[in-house]
Amino acid sequence: MNNSRYVARSTAIAARALGDETMVMSATNSTLFTLDEVASVIWDAADGVTPLDQIVANKICSQYDIAPEVAMKDAEALVENLAGHGILLLSDQPLARSNGSRKEG
Amino acid sequence: MPGMTAVARSSSVVVEIGGLPIRLRCESPEFLHQIEERYAGYVGSSNDAGFDFEIELAPPGAVSQDEDVRVTWDSGRWLMKRGDFRAEWNPSTLRGRIQQTINPYSLDSVLRIVHTLLLAREGGFLLHASSAIRNGRAFLFSGVSGAGKTTMARLAPADAALLTDEISYVTRRNGGYTAVGTPFYGELARAGENLQAPIEALYLLAKGPKNKIEPIVGAGAVRGLLGNILFFARDPEFVKLVFDSAFDFVRHIPVRRLTFVPDTSVWELIV
Repeated sequence: MNNSRYVARSTAIAARALGDETMVMSATNSTLFTLDEVASVIWDAADGVTPLDQIVANKICSQYDIAPEVAMKDAEALVENLAGHGILLLSDQPLARSNGSRKEG
Repeated sequence: MPGMTAVARSSSVVVEIGGLPIRLRCESPEFLHQIEERYAGYVGSSNDAGFDFEIELAPPGAVSQDEDVRVTWDSGRWLMKRGDFRAEWNPSTLRGRIQQTINPYSLDSVLRIVHTLLLAREGGFLLHASSAIRNGRAFLFSGVSGAGKTTMARLAPADAALLTDEISYVTRRNGGYTAVGTPFYGELARAGENLQAPIEALYLLAKGPKNKIEPIVGAGAVRGLLGNILFFARDPEFVKLVFDSAFDFVRHIPVRRLTFVPDTSVWELIV
């Protein structure tokens, strides 16, 4: 079970929302990521203290027509990918609240 | 004309790009002469250089050509290093030093880095783009290597003043964006004219079967711009400054896709 995983936005990034998308740039290697609407919802909710499964249940499944197990699987893949690039922190324990607040574009 | 005056003294040369005069001191008259030749048009008579670099020349072979550029912030100084140079700059004292061999291209790299750092604070940036002034407005042509930056510069009509064929200098001035000429050149091997003008549009280049212009908006515009901005410093604060500048830029300046065939007809669209 991965329902106790926590995610937090790295502070070594720059991020901005543009419409339904979020653009994120790594400060360590200048790699640019574009998050789609659903990924942006997870990104916004990645405060380090809300479990990922709770984010998926409350922010994704409640708003989008998607099966919970599919949503969770997709969310896991997303956060692991972003964590692999260092722009998201992933932990089995709550993380310190992210300093960065989302800037509206 | 941007304030690009500079001074050559017995032991120093002032190179002024984008209105930022940088005094370069060196004990070697030979190297100073090389600098004056390399930055002709950007070297003048200013006595008020705001920035000061001491250049120490290392013997040939004392450097490695293989190392990639690294720019880091450490203890109040920017540290810059590559195989062919080591440099540091203190933004508080406005002083720095460079260790390099007698090669003006190493200095050129240091100046590009320093200008990216200085511009970031003002909302500007250096961009992989050729640029030219036509009818009092500046046009930028951006893309990766091979996209056509130098081609656009070569095809420019006589009434266009070329600012650069390689690295465009973008500043935030008077509520808008201005392109400034630079001595930073690419395949054209010729410094841009020491002029400036408000930016009319940014064109992202693509080669195709016919000339056409298409607007790019939103995330596509930001992606296209950010993909061509020079990022040397792997520093969160610096990256955030430039990132924010890119968003601001696309709010003020039209970004368009310019698909073109490499002949002079493309410039009929640039007015």
